[in-house]
Amino acid sequence: MSTALLIEQLLNGLQLGVMLFLMAAGLTLIFGVMGLINLAHGSLYMIGAFACALVAAATGSFWIGLLASLVAAAAAGAIVEILVIRRLYERDHLDQVLATFALILMFSEGARWLFGSFPLYLDIPPLLQGAVPLPGGGQYQLYRLGIITVGVLVALGLYLLISRTRLGMRIRAGESDREMIAALGVDISTLYTVVFALGAALAGLAGAMVGALQSVQVGMGEPVLILAFVVIVIGGIGSIKGALFGAVLVGIVDTMGRFLLPQALTLVLPPSQAALVGGALASMLIYIVMALILAVRPSGLFAAQS
Amino acid sequence: MRRILAAAGLSLALSGYAYAEPVKIGVITTLSGGGAGLGIDTRDAFTLAIKQSGNKDVELVIEDDAQKPELAVQIAEKMIQSDKVDLMTGIIWSNLAMAVVPNVVAQDIIYLSPNAGPSALAGANCNPNYFNVAYQNDNFHEAMGQYATQTYKKTFILAPNYPAGKDSLTGFKRFYKGELAGELYTQVGQTDYAAEIAQIRASGADSVFFFLPGGMGIAFMKQYAQSGVNIPVMGPSFSFSQDVLPAVGDAALGVKNSASWSKDLDNEANKKFVEAFQAEYGRLPSIYAAQSWDTANLILSALSKASVKDKEAFRAALKEADFDSVRGDFKFNTNNHPIQDIYIREVVKEGDVLTNKIVATAFEDHTDAYADQCSMP
Repeated sequence: MSTALLIEQLLNGLQLGVMLFLMAAGLTLIFGVMGLINLAHGSLYMIGAFACALVAAATGSFWIGLLASLVAAAAAGAIVEILVIRRLYERDHLDQVLATFALILMFSEGARWLFGSFPLYLDIPPLLQGAVPLPGGGQYQLYRLGIITVGVLVALGLYLLISRTRLGMRIRAGESDREMIAALGVDISTLYTVVFALGAALAGLAGAMVGALQSVQVGMGEPVLILAFVVIVIGGIGSIKGALFGAVLVGIVDTMGRFLLPQALTLVLPPSQAALVGGALASMLIYIVMALILAVRPSGLFAAQS
Repeated sequence: MRRILAAAGLSLALSGYAYAEPVKIGVITTLSGGGAGLGIDTRDAFTLAIKQSGNKDVELVIEDDAQKPELAVQIAEKMIQSDKVDLMTGIIWSNLAMAVVPNVVAQDIIYLSPNAGPSALAGANCNPNYFNVAYQNDNFHEAMGQYATQTYKKTFILAPNYPAGKDSLTGFKRFYKGELAGELYTQVGQTDYAAEIAQIRASGADSVFFFLPGGMGIAFMKQYAQSGVNIPVMGPSFSFSQDVLPAVGDAALGVKNSASWSKDLDNEANKKFVEAFQAEYGRLPSIYAAQSWDTANLILSALSKASVKDKEAFRAALKEADFDSVRGDFKFNTNNHPIQDIYIREVVKEGDVLTNKIVATAFEDHTDAYADQCSMP
């Protein structure tokens, strides 16, 4: 196995991790501040992708589409928060799961009704097309490097937002004591809407960026949502740092598992069998890792104080 | 006016043999989720064929399986128990077919497959009530293996880890005589292929064969085109069929793919079909539409010969395959699977529209490798 291949696979893992982080950050922020389990987060991802595809097709510019994905997902998030989610904060988690699951069905059917079941297409912008050389003689897709860069910038931005700004202070205060911050006169319902819209915008951004790599279609958010839940459970629910760490861990474990397991098994099995068994094992690997981590640290790696 | 009268007279004369009794056909297909495009083409072509035949006795019960085996099983049960359907068809995916078909045919309901052709149902487990109007799963891949043997020396192959994926790579290897640069099974529904593309790049392959139907193939092709890997790809028609070509985009141009049908196939039935489909739905038909159209016309041909209540006679009428297939010559083998030609097609651009044209014939009157194991009378 060459160094170039190893570097490429590590970058692939990092790129998947960064994309999962964008999803998981919003999910964990919403859970940390409002105590809400939001299954409809995958729908916001889908809304971002559809908005980007539609606006990019209409204007001819991917970048305006990307901006539209942020705006559309944030707006959808804010509207959903005001109309539905706001009524759920005092309910228990089962009610929240049921209501947000209903939102998934509504968003999916709505999107199918508006756009049909055929996938929409979204192309990578000309600026980021093609591949760049890697040290060791390999090549790497430029667009994926772009996704990694955006992810790192978002992580940095979130860190600064939460540790350096007034909004961030309120978010932290909301995480540790909800009643007290309301008693101190902070407009808690506006804070909740802003946090929800922020989380939605990050999901929409992830959807738009991934939409250009894959296809934009109804139901694209749910598989990612499951991985994002794995990430926040591993990282510790409510912790942004945990989400970042968990996302990169899941991304690298998943990519490396798909790559190395079938190869390792060729030592003991014929190639066809090794490919079959290795592929099956690789798809379970992140769940096995999650189970192991939870066995040692039941509340995740960076659990927020409860 | 005279022409209309003549046509009416002709159809009366033709339907004179028909058994005018209500026939209920259950169509279980995928109308939602990532694989919906395939099911929608299947449904649209089927309903159009029935509509064009003018046969008012046929009633369709259409349900969405959402590409979920457990849901498909429930729907099949409901169609048999409460809708009391006479025939069933529509399933796209092999894992769903494996969950539904054995149970349906065991209850003496005739099932006609418009797409899935798992090997398990073609060999020892063949059944007189099961007719495959599309292909045995291995067929298109065998054709690509044949083509690769003539063209390449070191091919990298990949497919999803489910029955049709295994059939695919088995079929390819049956006719491919060169060296394998690598063999991979991916997850069903996987959307990111960066890890696989990295391995292709490192493998030193001179070509890639992949079978990734529906959204999986779109994602793979888009990522492959941007990866900087420049070796040619090929595959069965599923990732280059009319329903996915717009989403794949120019990345698909020039790709060779194998199929039993293409819209430029030169026969009367096909011209009529392509024209009718385009007029009705405003888009070009895919191979799923073609197979579904043939399934409907096969059923109609049998209905004009025998009563659907007389299973024995109706099965015999189906087996004759006395209909004008859009694929040209079409016969059933001893295991009720097709004997047909398989072509190599190339993705081309006609104006602004990406589509396929036939460039070679891989097999003439091709059968499948499992028919010998089928001990049906």
